[in-house]
Parts: sequence; C-alpha cells; structure tokens
Amino acid sequence: MDTLLAVRARGITKCFGDVVALDGVDLDVTQGQIHGLVGPNGAGKTTLLGLLLGLAVADGGGLEILGTPVGRALAAPDGVAGFVDGPGLYPSLTARQNLAALAALRGQDARTAGIDDVLAQVGLTDVADDRARGFSLGMRQRLGLAAALLTRPRLLVLDEPSNGLDPAGKKHVHGVLTRLADEGTAVVLSSHRMDDLEALCSEVTILATGRIAFSGPLGKLAAENRELDYRLLTSDTHAARELALGTDGVRVVDDAGLRNDADVLVVRALVPALDELVVGLVRAGIALRELAPVVSPLEAAFLALTQQQEAGR
Amino acid sequence: MTAANVVADNVVPTRRVPVSRGYRFELVKLVSQWRIRLLVLACWIAPALFVAAVSRQSTLPVDTLFGRWMHATAWAGPLVMLGFAGTWALPLLTSVVAGDVFASEDRLGTWRHLLVAVRSPGRIFAAKALASLTVLLLLVTGMACSSAVGGVLAVGNQPLVGLDGHLLTPSDAAGQVFLAWACALAPTLALAGIGLLGSIALGRSPMGLLLPALVALAMQLAQMMPLPVAVRLALPGYAFISWNGLFTGPRQLAPLLIGIAVSLVWAVTATVLAYLLFLRRDFTNLTDDGSARRALLAGALPLAGLLAATVAVVAVTTPATGSGIEQDKVQRSVATAFAHLYRMQTDQLNRPAVTENQLKATAACTKGSVADGAEGAGNDWRCVVSWHLPGVATTGQAIYQLDVTPDGRYVADGDGPKEVNGYFLVRTPVGDAPNPLWQFDGNVELLATSPKG
Repeated sequence: MDTLLAVRARGITKCFGDVVALDGVDLDVTQGQIHGLVGPNGAGKTTLLGLLLGLAVADGGGLEILGTPVGRALAAPDGVAGFVDGPGLYPSLTARQNLAALAALRGQDARTAGIDDVLAQVGLTDVADDRARGFSLGMRQRLGLAAALLTRPRLLVLDEPSNGLDPAGKKHVHGVLTRLADEGTAVVLSSHRMDDLEALCSEVTILATGRIAFSGPLGKLAAENRELDYRLLTSDTHAARELALGTDGVRVVDDAGLRNDADVLVVRALVPALDELVVGLVRAGIALRELAPVVSPLEAAFLALTQQQEAGR
Repeated sequence: MTAANVVADNVVPTRRVPVSRGYRFELVKLVSQWRIRLLVLACWIAPALFVAAVSRQSTLPVDTLFGRWMHATAWAGPLVMLGFAGTWALPLLTSVVAGDVFASEDRLGTWRHLLVAVRSPGRIFAAKALASLTVLLLLVTGMACSSAVGGVLAVGNQPLVGLDGHLLTPSDAAGQVFLAWACALAPTLALAGIGLLGSIALGRSPMGLLLPALVALAMQLAQMMPLPVAVRLALPGYAFISWNGLFTGPRQLAPLLIGIAVSLVWAVTATVLAYLLFLRRDFTNLTDDGSARRALLAGALPLAGLLAATVAVVAVTTPATGSGIEQDKVQRSVATAFAHLYRMQTDQLNRPAVTENQLKATAACTKGSVADGAEGAGNDWRCVVSWHLPGVATTGQAIYQLDVTPDGRYVADGDGPKEVNGYFLVRTPVGDAPNPLWQFDGNVELLATSPKG
C-alpha cells in the first residue's frame, strides 16, 4: 500500500462519564482526500473531530495523525487545522486583525503570512477591515476557514463548514476545499448536508451511537444500498406508469398525489431495474424529461444504516 | 514500511506556541476591548482631575485618610486615591480584567480555536495570567501617576504631614507615596488570583466575574469587625490598610510586611488552584459553565484552609493578642502626634521654636468609664494631653475625643482649650490658617508591644 495516510485510527474509544461517545472507531483518511463524516446528532462526530484537532485524548485505541502517534497530552501535531462547533473568532477584532493575531501567534509576520490571499480565497476581501462582531454565520464560517488556511494545513478538520453559507459562499468554500485536496491536503468534514458531501467527498464514514456504520467510497455505499425512490417526469405519465408496473423489479410508489404534482411518477427500484425502465420508456416513445432520486443515495444509506444500527442495539 | 511511517519521515513534531507569543495575543485581545481601553483612559486621567478638583475645594474629604491635607500638599491626593482604590477601584478593576479573562473565551465560544492554535493549556493559562497582570499593572500605575501629577499641578510639591504628625519632605513623601502604591499591588495580586480562579471555576456565570469584588467586600467588612489582630493580619486585604504604617516615624513595617506576605501567598495559592483546575477542564464540552461543587471543592475549601493556616502562623510568630488597641499604645500615639503638630502650630504662629523633646508631651486616655487598662475600638476614647514649654512653669493641657476604628486608625477631635485645639482656625501673622491641632488622623500599631515598667 503506497497511499499516504493523514489519519489512521484504530479502535478509538472515548467516554464522558457513563456515556460512550466513541466505541472502537477505525478511520483511515489518505492525503489529498476529502472525507465526509455523517451521523445523527450525538453519534460522536464532534468528539472524533475533537480528537483529530487535539482537543481531547482518546481513552483507548491508537491514533496517528500525519504519521505522528497522538499521545496522552492535549495537542495535535503541526499541520492540523480546523474547527469544531463553529470557528472561534474575536468579535472586537476585524477579520484581518483576527488573522494577523493568529499569524503572530504562530510566529509569522502578518505582512507576509498571506492574509490577503486567504481572505480572497474565501471571498471576504471586501469586509477584511470590518469587525467580526457584525459577521453573519456564513461569513464567520468563511473567516474560520481562512484562519485554518493561514496555517497551510496538511490535515483540515471542519465541522459543518457549510452552515449559514449562501450559494456564493458555498461556491467559494467548495472551491477552496477541492483545490486543497488537489494539492494533497486531507480534509475531514462533518455535515448534515448530504448534497455537499456528495459533491465534495470521495469517501464517507457514517457514525451511529459512537460506532462506524459504514466507511468507504461513496460508490461502494450506493452498491451496498437497497432500493431507492426515483422521481420521473415524462411526456406521458399514464403510459409511463403502466410501463413501470410491467417492469420487473420496479414498484410504483403511490405518493405522487401527496406531492401535489400529478405529472410526476415515483418508482422504487435498484439501479439495474431502473435502467430497464428507462430503456423501455425510450422504446415506447415516451420522453424522459427528468429522473432524480427522491432522496440522495447517501442520505438513503445514512437513514437505512443508522436505523439498522439503532434497531440492533 | 507502512503508510503512516512514510508520512512520519516528513512530519515536524508538535510545536507549542511560546508563552511570549501567547502573551502578545492575549494583550491584543484585551486591548481591543472598548471597556479595557476606557478603563485605561479613566485610570490615567480621572485621578488627576479628581485630585486637582478636590484640592481646590474649600471643603476637603476629612473623613478620608490624608484628605484633610489635600489643600496643603500634592502627596495627600494620591493617598486619598489609594484609600479609595483599595476599597472600591482595585477590586472592581480586578473583577473586570482578571475575573473575565478566562470567562470571555467561554462567552465567545473560542476555547477550541485557542487550544488548536496554541496547543498547550498550560501556556494558554500563563499567557492569560500574564496579560491580565500587565493590564492591571497599567491601571494601577495610571492611578498612582495620574493622582500625583494632578496633585503637583493643583497644589504643588509641598511637605506631607505623616500619620504621627511629623513632616515628610516632598521627596520623602513622593517616595513613600509610590511605595504605598507598590505595597497595594500585593493584595491586588491576591484578588487577581481569586479572579482567575473564579473565572475558571465558574465559567460564564456572573459570579465568576464578581468574585474578586465580593471577596474584597467581605474582607473590608471583616476589617470593620472587632477581630483579633492575628485574624485581621491574616486576611489578604490587610495590605490595603497597612501601608498607613509607612507614614509614621518610625515606620510600622511589621504589619505591612505581614500583610504583603499574606497577600502574596494568597495570590500564589489561588493562581495555582486556578491552573490545576484549568488543566483538568474538558474542552470538548461547550456547555461547561463550571459548577458550584467544583468551585467549592477546588477553590473555596483550599482557600479557607489557607486562611486558617495563616491565622495560626501569624498568631504563633507575632506578639499579636486581642484587638491590638491598648491604652498605653493609644496614649503614646496621641502624645507623639500632638508633639509633632504642636511644633507645626508653633511655626505657623511665629512663636519661638520648640522641639518634641522639650515639650515632653504625654497623654492620659480613658475609654468610657474605664480609666485603667482600657482597650479596643470605639468612639468613646478621651485623652488629656499634657506638655511643657521651656521657661514656663505651668503644664499645658488639651483634651481630645478619639474615634478609634478596629484597624487601629483614629481621628482625634480637639475639645479645648480654644487657643490650642478647640477651633479649626488659628490666627497667624499672615491671616487665618487651618489649625493642625484641631483635628488630626493617627494610627495605633496593632502589633507593637507595650514598654514594660
């Protein structure tokens, strides 16, 4: 195996009193990879991110970050940056002063630390000299990302970085994360926004009640998954419905009426059966105008796996 | 070779941020706050304005130590300010600065950010403690310098009348005034340590912010109670009072040094407790607001133990017994102050000079109906001062009513004869002037032993 690991966790456990936050968690994140972390509230995502950032130490198991075994002391190795539960900003300082203070803390000269560059990367150049007190949540998130970028991280840990972002801000953040990954930085991010994770991540880990429910590439997740609901918009809904009813492995979900859209057909199928339906529609001369999963494969897998895990307990 | 090992070859181990950089970072954060900027401005400007304004008024704050001399010398103003600072300003300033330095990170939710950046809770603690100490020093220095400048500009660099009536030259007075302010730093540090402890133990709770002020208030109330001397000296706020001993001759150094030592022990103990509590904190828990139980077990109980220990040490190692206010000490103090002030009055009236030795002043004091062995604080002390003038056969006598407070301070109020101490003005060759013998402040040294025989 030649891949360089930025994070290697084996059997990590962490308890808070009687509460088991992490229970035997394994995690591998390679350099240059954006790795998503999903799970319901209380699944242990923030605890795991906190361990990566050196905010807490595991009670058991082994953790290597950027090749350095993490000891019992609170502190992450150099090259790790990020935030959990929102970025830490000082409201009495401007965006530029927040970054300059952070640069000075790391012994960097504020003039040469690249503050303007990182502000431009996250789209905050226009408000660089405004106090952080007046920043919206999205601007705070972007400034937090800029603060992390200032350290030129090789492992970037972000908790819900898309919270509060408008489309422009989201575009900036996605662009920055993708470029960082291209340059070899490993990114671990948690989010409840499945569309973000699907757009950004090559691998995901699903946590449920402190345990790993799934970890691996998104494609593998889709393959492991069960039937999905798909939304079809065709030129002849009635004929399409008849065709769907006659296709093996395809079931019509009769909730289109609930969606207040009589032209929409919702079917439940695995991918091969869906392919067959699409071919049938085309052969029958029915135009397929829209085909999309009702919920994303990741979200469906997330719901299925976490519910399964909960039921197993 | 494993993947992790491949990476390990290129990895720089964890580098913690030096305390000096963390210190600068904390200073930037503190100074960027408007309330801190306003406090610094206020401490460097307001005392000068206050001293200058009050010194030029016809009515002086005579109920404040040295207040009655504010019209006469620049150096009374800074001491009036010091009395006010020890009672109100320093505890409140300590609350705002040290009481909030940790709690502010809780309020802003920035602990995790700070810990990721600095990578060492111990260094964060050191940087925060040093930064808050620096700001406090800046504030205290501002008050001392500002009040001195205000006094010099408004009144001039004149001699100061000490607490036993002797005159301090302007340079001596200036030195003693700044020394007194320096001594007040010790109890300020003790309050700062308590502030750090409260800020950590109680988190965002307002009690964390108010703790230094509340402790200072409790100490002041305790000083007003008729406590045994050993307990009084073992309280960390006593050094806010014991600087008075610098303005007597000889200087009353024992209570001053004990007060400073006790304050410093409290400062160190409270800071160490705060440090230990901080290291044990769970930074992954955002809702950590401290707990009353933790504050009690890790903060209040050890400090209560420290108080008991210092009371025991002071009681064993010093001649401290009872209230410390005894009849012969009061008599000596009043007679000494009277002799010094009589010389001043003699000079004002342009009479032949006389020395304290020639006056041979003595005082006979009673407290209420107790004529022999009187002791304790109260406003029912009455003293008859007797003195001799060279070449005059009769013995002069004057009466004073004394209000002695439990900390040993007293105000002597002249009760006649009118020509000596019964009227607030004396007629001098250049017009009417305040009568130095009419009312004066004095100080009984609580630790001084009575001469036997």
